[in-house]
Amino acid sequence: MTIEPGERVLCTYAGTQLKGVFITERNKKAVIKLDNGYNIGVDYETLKKTEKTATHAPSQKKIEQNTSLPKLSIISTGGTIASKIDYRTGAVTSQFEADDILRAIPGLKDIACFSAHVPATILSENMTPSIWKTLSKTIYDEIKAGTKGVIVTHGTDTMAYSAAAVSFMVKTPVPICFVGSQRSADRPSSDNVMNGMCSAKAALSDLGEVTVVMHATTNDDYCTIHRGTRVRKMHTSRRDAFRSMNEKPLGKVEYPSLDVTLEEHVVRRGHNSPKLFDRLEEKTGLLYFYPGMSPDIIRAFSGYKGLVLSGTGLGHTSSVCIDAVRELAETGTEVVMTSQCLNGRVCDRVYDTGRDLLDAGITEGEDMLPEVAFVKLMWVLGQERNPSRIKELIKTDLRGETGRCTPNGL
Amino acid sequence: MDYNEIGLKAGIEIHQQLDTKEKLFCHCPTKLRDVEKRNGEFKRYLRATESEMGGVDRAAEEEMKKQDRIYTYYEYDTTCLVENDEEPPAPMNREALGLTLTLAKMMNMTPVEQVHVMRKLVIDGSNTSGFQRTSLVALNGTIHCIPGGANIESICLEEEAAQRVKGDIFSLDRLGIPLAEITTAPDMKTPEQVKEVASYIGMILRSTGKVKRGLGTIRQDVNISIKGGARVEIKGVQDLNLIDEVVRREVLRQLNLISIRDELRERGASVSEEVFEVTELFRDTKSSILKKAKCILAVRLNGFAGLVGKEIQPGRRLGSEISDYAKKCGVGGLFHTDELPAYGVTAEEVKALKESAKAGDDDCVILVADTKKKAKCAIGQILKRSKLAFEGVPEETRKMLEEGSTAYMRPLPGADRMYPETDVFATDIDDEYWQSVQIPELLTEKEKRFTEEFGLDKALAKNIAFSVRCPLFEEAVAKGVRPNLAARTIYSTLREIRREGFDTKSVSDEDLLSVLTAVECGKAAKEAVPDILKAVINGKSVGDAVNEIAPAVSEEELTGVIKKVISERTEFIEEQGMRALGPLMGVVMKEMRGRADGKVISEILKKELLKML
Repeated sequence: MTIEPGERVLCTYAGTQLKGVFITERNKKAVIKLDNGYNIGVDYETLKKTEKTATHAPSQKKIEQNTSLPKLSIISTGGTIASKIDYRTGAVTSQFEADDILRAIPGLKDIACFSAHVPATILSENMTPSIWKTLSKTIYDEIKAGTKGVIVTHGTDTMAYSAAAVSFMVKTPVPICFVGSQRSADRPSSDNVMNGMCSAKAALSDLGEVTVVMHATTNDDYCTIHRGTRVRKMHTSRRDAFRSMNEKPLGKVEYPSLDVTLEEHVVRRGHNSPKLFDRLEEKTGLLYFYPGMSPDIIRAFSGYKGLVLSGTGLGHTSSVCIDAVRELAETGTEVVMTSQCLNGRVCDRVYDTGRDLLDAGITEGEDMLPEVAFVKLMWVLGQERNPSRIKELIKTDLRGETGRCTPNGL
Repeated sequence: MDYNEIGLKAGIEIHQQLDTKEKLFCHCPTKLRDVEKRNGEFKRYLRATESEMGGVDRAAEEEMKKQDRIYTYYEYDTTCLVENDEEPPAPMNREALGLTLTLAKMMNMTPVEQVHVMRKLVIDGSNTSGFQRTSLVALNGTIHCIPGGANIESICLEEEAAQRVKGDIFSLDRLGIPLAEITTAPDMKTPEQVKEVASYIGMILRSTGKVKRGLGTIRQDVNISIKGGARVEIKGVQDLNLIDEVVRREVLRQLNLISIRDELRERGASVSEEVFEVTELFRDTKSSILKKAKCILAVRLNGFAGLVGKEIQPGRRLGSEISDYAKKCGVGGLFHTDELPAYGVTAEEVKALKESAKAGDDDCVILVADTKKKAKCAIGQILKRSKLAFEGVPEETRKMLEEGSTAYMRPLPGADRMYPETDVFATDIDDEYWQSVQIPELLTEKEKRFTEEFGLDKALAKNIAFSVRCPLFEEAVAKGVRPNLAARTIYSTLREIRREGFDTKSVSDEDLLSVLTAVECGKAAKEAVPDILKAVINGKSVGDAVNEIAPAVSEEELTGVIKKVISERTEFIEEQGMRALGPLMGVVMKEMRGRADGKVISEILKKELLKML
């Protein structure tokens, strides 16, 4: 007897007949949802099919939009903000489309009139440079079509990478706001509503750059606007996981008032004209140095066009790794040194090891975050072939990813 | 009241906190803390979400009527990110699951082969996540405490909710403590049976020795219906002594609501949908509530006069029921013309109000004052509840008030409030696991055994069997302490000195055991026990307390004291003969202040008296 998910069943168990709906199989047991709402796992033999009833799908009510409101684009790539339970696997997966986000966050439709696009529906760990290209192209097209701002819904785990990638790939006159949620959209306490509403207001603000808009504290009180090239996820699960590194945040959006405050150093709306640079050198790597690391691991990147090292302290690897670094550099791999400290600036001129690394051919990654340096290197190598020009671009501030001075108090 | 005739059917749900080391889905201790000890707080909004089947739970939907669903949570050094809803849950606590299975076995239930954790939507703020984690562990058992027995439908293992501090402030210490929820079939036919079943299940729970004790650690929900009435769930009866009264009062309420329904039908009553804005009417009123209100709205209930003000339960009227619905919108309450003029509203104002609402003598006008938004929401609720009066008893969840009356809480929730907790794996309960579950001795069996085996008198046997320190009693007896001495000390002596104002909770089981052993091996007389315990409570070690209060006395020394007592009372002894033994016993005992055992004193005293006579 085969039973399809959603079919009604009678289950004879513990001396009584229980009514319910067959959900799925788990560890060779049939999971049924009893009429009192509880799920239990039982042997298949206890089940008898009754009338067939399809489970009613979540309401697909059409969202009425107010066309007199400013136009915003909502671009969905998946992630927790758009996640739902998959009853096949029982895990949380991304299967929402942008329209579902409007349904999940009804308040959005009072802020703007949205056009929705879904270039990808993935969990953020499955993001690839090729999807960054599709994403950037979609964003660029929306900007060209005259959108007032762009909201990109994204899984939080790799959101900072994507924000950095789009920062380099799209020159924008309007705000591009990445947003996600740390707690799934199906729970009443999800941070998706506040983050979503705040990102919409940020997307209508005077910003003209790529940002990440997420909970600032564990309270539902305000969101921080982070620069796309300066932000990092610093907690696995808290809603205030995102932090600006080596730079003050660009501003904040209060909740529930949704008042936006921007800092002096933001790039303003209209400052840039739209441009798309969607070439990336995918043969680029990122390596976290650890004590005792075998130089073979560095040599494994032989043939790569670029490698970002996340070194210790001011930007070091062990001395035994230096020859491997030299070999890479000599065979044409651009090696950029960043720091595992995340806060602060690389300086390879203080200790001998650093000087040796410089001598071996590395480029100091200044105060860039390792993953931002990685995305930037991938992008720079996509645009430029000339080694000295590449080195120069790495050290030049292109999208606010690096600064000449390390600010006080951070 | 003939409960059989009115067709009373009642079932109970018992929620009992389990005394496990850790919480159900994190590794925090199951300890309640003083709110003053909080080390942080945060604020969150909650909103209703769709269930896996696509519906929104009606109870949650109603909760959404509240305008500001922002809640404050107090956190402690004994709570963690799981309680904060900032970290996925840990795997289900095996100790708690084992205990639940023990309870299931004690009630002859069948365990579920694979236990699935569900999320039960609750957005009243008592859960930071907006849901309570719960799982069905076993089904279909029986207990034999009422004629014909009672069926146990299910036992669930769930997490305790956060405790309300006040208003929308909650304390996170209680959130996540494991809770066994035992649900009976609606087998009880009288209020007394409800009490009996509840108390029997309570006894089963305590027999495990692993449940929390004290106020609030056990809560009973009662489901009640009568013929022509409806199923009503009364939540959170904390005091077992009130449970039968709650049933009686609910029966009364349902009977009265049915009679109101009949009266309304007979009168041809109806509810007018027309809403009247009467803010201006009360511009110069003496009622402070109405005067400061931004908006006052009124509705007319045709043919309801006198019925809205009719008492349906001690201290509760139909008007209170309607008011409870309105309060869901955040308004303070309502006024109705059955109770006016009062509260500063004059007869003239009532007259004008009735005119504005086009109300006749048979009609009742209800008014509500607040912001326009809240007042409008409240009017919708008032109309909703008033219409329900034509059906008689609405199905609903109610909360208990002091003395046993109840107030409306929310609609009965449905299956739509449940969806799977995807962050916790299902747990298989195989035969081997189930077979390994041990059943403890019931407290009632223990009580019987204590009488038969140890010769304790019945009352003391019961008291000690049901006492929190029963395991200590058994340990002491196993270590050779006389059962009577152990039982009296642990139950009676502690109770006596507690009544004198000593904090007996601060005496550890270990200390009590040391005191008992000291007495048993002759280091102290049992008469000295109260003083020794008091000294221990005041901070002395048991050793010091024994040495100070009951220093060892040699037989020689004791004989000396006795001789002295006798020599001072020769006249009396000559007069009384051996009858002097009793009174002299008292004198010597007082003199020794518990340093010597009564039996030894008696022996020596008798010997010395015989010598003299």
